[in-house]
Amino acid sequence: MNDSTATILRERLLSGPGVPAHLVDRLARSAAADDLHDLVHRTVDSPVGPLLLAATPVGLVRVAFEVEDHESVLADLARRISPRVVPAGPLLDDVARQVDAWFDGDRHDFAVDLDWQLSVGFRRTVLRRLRDLTWGETASYGEVAARADRPRAARAVGTACATNPIPIVVPCHRVVRADGSAGEYRGGRAAKRWLLAHETGDRDDVPGADPGH
Amino acid sequence: MPEPRLRARRVEGGTSRSGVLARWPGVNSLPFDPIATCHGATVLRVVRAVLGPTADSEDAWAETYLAALRAWPDLEHDRNVEGWLVTIAHRKAIDVVRRRSRRAVPVGDAPERPGADGIPEPADTQVWSALEALPPKQRQCVAYHHVAGLPHAEVAVLVGGTEAAARKASSDGIRRLRTTLEGHQNE
Repeated sequence: MNDSTATILRERLLSGPGVPAHLVDRLARSAAADDLHDLVHRTVDSPVGPLLLAATPVGLVRVAFEVEDHESVLADLARRISPRVVPAGPLLDDVARQVDAWFDGDRHDFAVDLDWQLSVGFRRTVLRRLRDLTWGETASYGEVAARADRPRAARAVGTACATNPIPIVVPCHRVVRADGSAGEYRGGRAAKRWLLAHETGDRDDVPGADPGH
Repeated sequence: MPEPRLRARRVEGGTSRSGVLARWPGVNSLPFDPIATCHGATVLRVVRAVLGPTADSEDAWAETYLAALRAWPDLEHDRNVEGWLVTIAHRKAIDVVRRRSRRAVPVGDAPERPGADGIPEPADTQVWSALEALPPKQRQCVAYHHVAGLPHAEVAVLVGGTEAAARKASSDGIRRLRTTLEGHQNE
């Protein structure tokens, strides 16, 4: 048998289409039916870059910006939650639609179940309180600390926001510095400025909305 | 080799039981997607090569990946993932063939053509139909060795028989494929 013929044949056998979408959907559905969907994920495009959405059967557990590197976020989730990480297929369609609508300005909040397991203690208390901050409203780190009955814990509030596992849906971008400037953000400062401007309606005033800068 | 108990203590934020277990040596903590799913196209080609491009091959693919997902956390960390998936696919393909033969109606017609059931045709239809025409053993050996990339020894474990027999079946299969395809060219 001539090796080069085998190689050519092998190349012909290896070319062709990838896995069709309906098979990925089928895997996601049967994983859910058999309770093997410990962690499902997909990405959605947004004006602040592609966002990774990851959910457990409890609810949305992680939203990640591109600067966080989606592949390493998934590897981290596999270690912390479960290695049964499955492509979401149709399972996160509703969440993705809500995110799209939010970025279009068509909705101002989210009706999504959340899984808080990635934040604990005071951080979780702070993040839960953030849902009281509505669209277009902002508060300083100190004000959020006071609302959480720890008026001197502004720095801890900053840490809670910096480690928010579910940004955008849990609106830590609405927590800003006492002088009104945006401050740090998991998705980058430019992304935070974009989100704040999006909510106040003066998005066009923000130069360089690209989150990479 | 550190003592497992010491390793488990180093877990960051590891309050959950699964988080601790996931870091025990020898236990898989890699994400199924993309580590296993990135072989999806290869596994699909393997089951198509074995079963033909019918709905059966899609069933075998879906059952393979569901079984793999179930077993994934227990997979040894040094296991070749693609080889493991092909092993599962081989068993699932056999299951599908058994089911097919139970419900089979004798047909004198040509086998189903690519594109039946709305399944996308493989890019290279000629080589796939030539493959379909091979005897089952040759087809399996070509699929597992040339499509999945398994060494002949591992192919022999899957299909039964010796390594030499697997090597011969694979090379006979390729020779026959070549003859068929050359015949097409000369037509």
